[in-house]
Amino acid sequence: MSNHTPKDTNPEPSLLLEVIPDQFKDDQGPVFAEPWQADVFAITVSLHQQGMFTWQEWADALSQSIARAQDSGDPDLGDTYYHHWLNALEHMVESRNPGARLRLADLYQQWDEAARSTPHGQPIELLCR
Amino acid sequence: MSKEKAPRSEPAQQPDDNVNKRDKSALATDLDHHDHPHDHSHLDDTALRVRSLQTLLTEKGYIEEAALHALIDTYENKIGPRNGARVIARAWSDPEYKNWLLEDATAAIASLSFQGRQGEHMVVVENTDNTHNLVVCTLCSCYPWPVLGLPPAWYKSAPYRSKAVIDPAGVLTDFGVSLSPDKQIVVWDSTAEVRYLVMPERPENSAHLSEAELSLLVTRNSMIGTGLALPVETLS
Repeated sequence: MSNHTPKDTNPEPSLLLEVIPDQFKDDQGPVFAEPWQADVFAITVSLHQQGMFTWQEWADALSQSIARAQDSGDPDLGDTYYHHWLNALEHMVESRNPGARLRLADLYQQWDEAARSTPHGQPIELLCR
Repeated sequence: MSKEKAPRSEPAQQPDDNVNKRDKSALATDLDHHDHPHDHSHLDDTALRVRSLQTLLTEKGYIEEAALHALIDTYENKIGPRNGARVIARAWSDPEYKNWLLEDATAAIASLSFQGRQGEHMVVVENTDNTHNLVVCTLCSCYPWPVLGLPPAWYKSAPYRSKAVIDPAGVLTDFGVSLSPDKQIVVWDSTAEVRYLVMPERPENSAHLSEAELSLLVTRNSMIGTGLALPVETLS
């Protein structure tokens, strides 16, 4: 064919881009906007590889997480994608590990206290687990 | 998942009576931080949740830091659209490989050492004189990672996921792609089990190009269907 002119040299969508934050507009990346996004992605893949859940189960959980966020008013423009991912990951871990929910709440407090007791600029570490 | 969890990452939108223990903690941390700037560290709600998960899963022996770093490095630096471009360029150059790719994409792609970690089935759909293919995942963001890397933000956005199905021609217009009016647009909805890759039409006047040169004309968007392969002149 083609009787049309390829315009992929400017490959991002014009109208869609109007609602997508600037940091996501480059062509090939960034893959992860923040380090924590890479962390939750890698944790999820690692847990799947060890058989904690199938990828179909993960896709279902992520879809439900996205749907819930949309129901709560999230315009879901791609910039909150890894927040949906984190919600789904917590759900998967908690649903497959009895006691995980309580332990996560405990660890949340411990990390919070560790941060607040660590001088600014120094690495934050849990002193006791 | 419990209902209070979804909005946890956006505490500002939460009614007070739904603020759970973790949110109160994060809020208190914020206030403390603002009252006493710079004298101690601060982790926001998201960071605290991620660190808690990491600690729990490390305790249980599910994750190892080195393995996570290796995974991140792979997806940030080693897997990307260049993999898919090599597949398409091989198909353009080798009719036998092209037939194999269209019949059994999973095996044909694996023969180039690009294999999925999720056990997904790959399907390659070919653009022709009559048909243009467009890939979307309406439910989440299923995407052929082994050949395209991780998806761009717009692929994960609700506007794309919904508009690709309702108005695919409009999506192509958004991307600056104009097709002949008689060309049919076929939309493929990816799932966790089946991932689609578009084989764009080979650019005109490209018969003299090597496989390596051809691969430079294959863009990520052309393999999603929101773009076309670049014209030969791009190389000069």
